[in-house]
Amino acid sequence: MMSDSADKKAPREAVLDLQQVSVLYSGKPAVKKVSCQILRNCITAIIGPSGCGKSTLLRSLNRMNDFVDGVTIEGEILFAGQNLYGRDVDPVEVRRRIGMVFQKPNPFPKSIYSNIAWGPSINGYDGSMDELVERSLTQAALWEEVKDRLQESALNLSGGQQQRLCIARALAMEPQVLLMDEPCSALDPISTAHIEDLLFQLKSKYTIVIVTHNMQQAARISDFTAFMEMGDLIEFGVTDQIFTRPNIKRTEEYVTGRFG
Amino acid sequence: MNTSIRRAERRWGEGVIKFWLYSCAAISIITTIAIISLLIVESLGFFDEVSPAEFFFGTRWVPLLEPSSFGILPLLWGTMQITVMGAIFAIPLGLASAIYLSEYASDRVRSWVKPILELLAGIPTVVYGYFALTFVTPMLRKVIPDIQVFNALSAGIVVGIMILPMIATLSDNALRAVPVSLRQAAYALGATSFEVTTRVVVPAGLSGVMASFLLAISRAIGETMAVTLAAGQTPNLSFSPLESIQTMTAYIVQVSLGDTPSGGIAYQTLFAVAMMLFVITLLINIVSQMILSRFREVYE
Amino acid sequence: MAFGSKEEHLNLQKRHRKARLFKLLCAAVTWSSVLLLAVLLFQVCVAGISWIDWQFISSFPSRFPDRAGIKAALVGTMWLIILVALISIPIGVSSALYLEEFAGKGRIAKIIEVNIANLGGVPSIVYGILGLAIFVRFFALERSLISGALTMSLLILPTIIIASREAIIAVPQSMRAAAYSLGATKWQTTWHHVLPASFPGIMTGIILSLSRAIGETAPLIMIGAMTFVAFLPQGPMDSFTALPIQIYNWVSRPQQEFHELAAAGIVVLLLVLLLMNATAIYIRSKTERRLK
Repeated sequence: MMSDSADKKAPREAVLDLQQVSVLYSGKPAVKKVSCQILRNCITAIIGPSGCGKSTLLRSLNRMNDFVDGVTIEGEILFAGQNLYGRDVDPVEVRRRIGMVFQKPNPFPKSIYSNIAWGPSINGYDGSMDELVERSLTQAALWEEVKDRLQESALNLSGGQQQRLCIARALAMEPQVLLMDEPCSALDPISTAHIEDLLFQLKSKYTIVIVTHNMQQAARISDFTAFMEMGDLIEFGVTDQIFTRPNIKRTEEYVTGRFG
Repeated sequence: MNTSIRRAERRWGEGVIKFWLYSCAAISIITTIAIISLLIVESLGFFDEVSPAEFFFGTRWVPLLEPSSFGILPLLWGTMQITVMGAIFAIPLGLASAIYLSEYASDRVRSWVKPILELLAGIPTVVYGYFALTFVTPMLRKVIPDIQVFNALSAGIVVGIMILPMIATLSDNALRAVPVSLRQAAYALGATSFEVTTRVVVPAGLSGVMASFLLAISRAIGETMAVTLAAGQTPNLSFSPLESIQTMTAYIVQVSLGDTPSGGIAYQTLFAVAMMLFVITLLINIVSQMILSRFREVYE
Repeated sequence: MAFGSKEEHLNLQKRHRKARLFKLLCAAVTWSSVLLLAVLLFQVCVAGISWIDWQFISSFPSRFPDRAGIKAALVGTMWLIILVALISIPIGVSSALYLEEFAGKGRIAKIIEVNIANLGGVPSIVYGILGLAIFVRFFALERSLISGALTMSLLILPTIIIASREAIIAVPQSMRAAAYSLGATKWQTTWHHVLPASFPGIMTGIILSLSRAIGETAPLIMIGAMTFVAFLPQGPMDSFTALPIQIYNWVSRPQQEFHELAAAGIVVLLLVLLLMNATAIYIRSKTERRLK
């Protein structure tokens, strides 16, 4: 599926602005001086061979790297004009606004309803929870399948359903950005296709950054693509262009399958 | 949702909770400090009256009567006799059980033998004391008529029975931690199960096995009720396990059950002996931990 | 030496025989240990079971074996279980949570960790002395239930902490990651997800530790639990006795009848322990299944 090129003409604001971002694990750089912008209501894909730092970069966008010992961040990541790693910034607040879906579905061992409701409720949501749950599940294309068994354990769902539940759970927080770390790599092709369709629909309301090792997936669904290798951002641009007329030779070699 | 506020203002509750959790964890430190300072302070008071030379090298322990003598060697000897006897009994048998459980027993057998061992380990020590007095001693008397009613051998056997499950379970854990691939490599070279076990598995899990021995020995040293009931109250330096002896722990019980005026020299002996006990078991435990961490085999 | 030579063959036979013998030996040893337990329990039951009747359970100790009972001891032990549980569970679980979720890998956490491992190896009688000096004398709590409970709590605190830590570590990191990614604080994640998930393991550890507390005699002797108690404690400040103390008292007497009474007391004590362990196993299986 090709992105609608007409949309590209209208100027979009940058939701996240990465400026010379480096991530080091105990002094060893995993991400080196990456600069790019994540634009609103677009899907930005990060591709690259194993170990190139794409997941590390993704996790630095919602400060999930904070949990790793010995991690240091250099550079700035601007979000609504504020540096995510500024001195007064509370990582908890960052994560309320920038959500994440993980590679392996990780629903809580609770009911489907509780999975969705927990995040909003601990963050002080005072509206109608039933509505929020229904809305989130609908957005994740899961409502019809589970509406009659909301109180059942989430662990009873299939892999693809669990991942959509995790997406719904993240959406329930109404995040400004949704980060996805290889969300389909643990799923079968049919579930993968469902989720790719889903992402396409979500694009109109959310800004999505997706790490994927599946180039075809990136080509299918994303508007912008970032190609990384060994911690460097080799090239960043409109997906069409990256896959058909890349500027850099290394990019061309990767997307044509000559390595990786 | 508001995108501009990101200050960590409202979360003082987290701070309170973290403080509570930290205080609880600190209680363990306070406990250690309390034990150490208590024992040191009171022992210093003891050593004001009794010279360390007499305490550590004296061969008579008569603290409560005149003429008093404060040599701890008889108590140490009593404790050592019990511990050595218990170890002689429990170490080979415990290791053999561990080997059986980890190398030979089927999963089904394991699934109910292990709980039984845990049950054995959970039996209160006063029960072992009862067992020593009412079962082991009479049995021994039939075989060795010269044996005294209170003797070291009964208690030693029973302490051995008591620490056997500990050695068995801990060594079993250590042996199971040895990767299957090591065994398979040895079998593939044509070794028998005996050779694989004794030349590959046990050496590979040796640190864990040794640590289990040390922990069991430490437990035997600190054992109180079985020796109080069965081993007697007569500190002596005889080599015969058939006689009544007194261990450090039994002495402590004897003093606290009697009428000992607080503050007197007799009261202070309590702390001096407890200090010895504490230091010895602490050293053994530290060595065992060091063995575990320093020599833990890295298999990959 | 060529393969298949006679010497080789004999040697192999010998080695195999040795291996079989060894296996038999190890099996025999293991089964003997099991047998030993059976003999021990059988002995105790045979000696004591005839003494167990309602009168035994409902009477106070007496100089006359026929009229002696363990009511005071049983009630004392029950009091102890409750008090020790109330004190040691919050402190133990909180310590474990601190070490696993909040502490990080710094020096202080390492010191606390090593310290707890060492405390676990300190003989119970040393805890008794500590209790005597601190709770009975310094805090002037006298030889009361609360002194006993505090002392026992300190004794089992290391085991509760270690067991709880293992249960908490076993909770998969992915669950925490999911919670954090939704904008939860550390405590919210711990309270709503980590604790419930580690609950079965923690519960098992608590019950096993409490079982140990019930069976210990030496610390209670040190803090002065009485051996002849003809009344029931009414509150935590009352003096008391407990099952192991009563058993010890009876075993120490020369008369045969008292030894049999002791056996009866042991049977009761073992039944209490069996009940607690069964509860632990039940809770573990019930809650583990639910999480799968």
